[in-house]
Amino acid sequence: MNSGATQTSEDLRDGGRALWYDKVGLLVAPIAVAAMFLPFMSFAANRIVEAESRSILASLPQTYAVMLLAALGVAALLLLVRTSTKLRAVSAGAAIALLLVAAGLAADHLSADANTYARVRPASGFWLLLFAFSLGLTDAITRLRLRPTTRIALATAALGALLLLVSSGLWSNISFLKEYENQAQLFWREARQHITLSVGSMLAACIVGIPLGITCQNQRGTRSAILNTLTFVQTVPSLALFGLLIAPLSWLASNVPVVSALGIRGIGTAPALVALFAYSLLPITGNTLAGLEGVSTSAREAARGMGMTRHQRLLRIELPLALPAILAGIRIVLVQNIGLTTIAALIGGGGFGVFVFQGLGQASIDLVLLGVIPTIILAFASAVLMDAFIDMSRKERREHR
Amino acid sequence: MIEIDAVSKIYGAMTAVETVSFNVEAGTVAAIVGTSGSGKTTLLRMINRLVEPSSGAIRIDGEDTRTVKPFELRRRIGYVIQGYGLFPHKTVAENIATVPQLVGWERARIDQRINELLDVFQLNPAEYRDRLPSELSGGQQQRVGVARALAAEPHILLMDEPFGALDPIIRNKARDDLSAIQKKFGTTVILVTHDMDEAIQLGDMIAVMDGGRLLQYDTPQNILLHPAHPFVADLIGQNERPFRLLSLAPVSTAVESGDAEGAPVAETATLRDAFAEMLWSRRSALPVVSARNERIGRVTMDAISRRAAKMQ
Ligand SMILES: Nc1ncnc2c1ncn2[C@@H]1O[C@H](COP(=O)(O)OP(=O)(O)O)[C@@H](O)[C@H]1O
Ligand SMILES: [Mg+2]
Repeated sequence: MNSGATQTSEDLRDGGRALWYDKVGLLVAPIAVAAMFLPFMSFAANRIVEAESRSILASLPQTYAVMLLAALGVAALLLLVRTSTKLRAVSAGAAIALLLVAAGLAADHLSADANTYARVRPASGFWLLLFAFSLGLTDAITRLRLRPTTRIALATAALGALLLLVSSGLWSNISFLKEYENQAQLFWREARQHITLSVGSMLAACIVGIPLGITCQNQRGTRSAILNTLTFVQTVPSLALFGLLIAPLSWLASNVPVVSALGIRGIGTAPALVALFAYSLLPITGNTLAGLEGVSTSAREAARGMGMTRHQRLLRIELPLALPAILAGIRIVLVQNIGLTTIAALIGGGGFGVFVFQGLGQASIDLVLLGVIPTIILAFASAVLMDAFIDMSRKERREHR
Repeated sequence: MIEIDAVSKIYGAMTAVETVSFNVEAGTVAAIVGTSGSGKTTLLRMINRLVEPSSGAIRIDGEDTRTVKPFELRRRIGYVIQGYGLFPHKTVAENIATVPQLVGWERARIDQRINELLDVFQLNPAEYRDRLPSELSGGQQQRVGVARALAAEPHILLMDEPFGALDPIIRNKARDDLSAIQKKFGTTVILVTHDMDEAIQLGDMIAVMDGGRLLQYDTPQNILLHPAHPFVADLIGQNERPFRLLSLAPVSTAVESGDAEGAPVAETATLRDAFAEMLWSRRSALPVVSARNERIGRVTMDAISRRAAKMQ
């Protein structure tokens, strides 16, 4: 398949023998193939009866089912054997798109002769297939070494396609989409709240954490005191921290008029923001410090030797050179906070956690999924975005292409 | 003129520089030479107040440096740090523009100066202006480091082992280039090195340091002929002395009338070069030609031997 003349150095790893298979493919392809025989959809005639699972063949009209199985098989094979990275990315992407469409069609097919109380949702096979091909896709995209802007464009396109899918009605028979349609207004309100909490606490942490990192660097005496305090905060379990803040904030709200006039209460947005902020400080401060420490002594000394003031050195040399590390801190915080914000719903902070905990209370998996899925998508999107920013901020090495 | 007046620097129990005094005339090159840890860098950095002297004074053209704000003083003095210290996130042009920007030059003047300096340092502006330091060879980085130090037309240039990281061939060329540029701009240069050859080749005066003390401050000729301290003699190397003396003077200083056989030697070559050529071609005299390739006489083995001896 690969003639000797065109073998690249990568092909020649492992003692000079060209591998016919791909290492990630070797992990992903068997998962995908096995998942094709697991339950694809689960079907319940109403919310009370137990759900039954349906394989791909039983979920779709036969021709569709066979075509889907064949297409997924080919995509898995393309991930397994060594082919061009671009082909791997395209086939994994196509497999994911196919899966999403097939789930919608399967839901329609299964609901066709059922009443309106029927609940249809993707089952373990679907999720495993989605997981396997997503893994293949991210691996291929990483290896393609796309430009940051291309990566942002791709992620935006993927999000757009997902929104289109949801609004097209193709998925309207899938049970958690039914929950969404029932509570669309609430969903977007909680989405806004979720973003406000996670991004707002991150911004506040930057405003405090970056100067704190600079202080740590300048005054070695304060360094361990600051870092130890922040590390201690980090070790408090999140639920406990959210809970611990209720008492002092309630006291403030009832005893200091200004505080309550600002809308601050013992439960709700305020303690959620404060707790998320507290968790964000260590990554931001620590990464700022690490970034500043990473600036070469000779660049620092040259800046001093040429007559830059302390201020100019910081703004023109040290912070720009520390920027990739600071952005890496922001990335950690953003992804971490998007996850943690879910817990804020327990103290009335709102966000996607509202659906999760409501769902847990009512034993409704659909509600839980309505909270969990957008949380994962949000975390994933911000990771892609921040990674692209981090790459763009590395000015000392230019990409040659 | 730079006056270094009884300057000391003490770190706790450690005396890095001990009551050092010497003057550097305007437009000349002073080379500070010594082994590692002898206090060369500390002494150099006291001149632009990157290190504050524990005692003593430094005056530039009669003005005590302590009366000037440190950052203003540094903008007037070019500084080439050990390892160059180019800003990795800035292009060549932005690196060179650093001090002119700090002192508020206009954009057009800065641009013109960048191109002028890149030309002087044999880096084609069109090609190199927008490169990042990581896209330059070691020799090119070194030249950009010096160009950056000279950007705001300082009268004084401090250099800390500027050629240390270069390979021998590039190093020789870089030294020649520095000499040419120093003469072109008339800059006063104080150069730190641990290499006696470099000090002899570049220095109008040489300061030999050891353990924080100045052992001798003199012309290369006198350092070679009359080392004031056994350590100075060691640093020169007994076996190297005659050859180093010969490398100080051009052939023109030993020309006599008369003729000789074979290929000629240029009057600008050093006596050391002429001597090597004599040994290699088994001749006792070489014809000497001027820059315009006219015969102006000859140089003999005899004359050279006299120049290489202790008593002249
Ligand atoms: N900031 C400092 N604190 C303490 N000791 C120093 C400091 N700077 C230099 N020294 C000491 O002073 C001596 C001279 O150092 P330096 O001037 O760098 O020597 P050189 O440049 O000749 O190698 C060394 O022993 C060095 O350890
Ligand atoms: Mg040194």
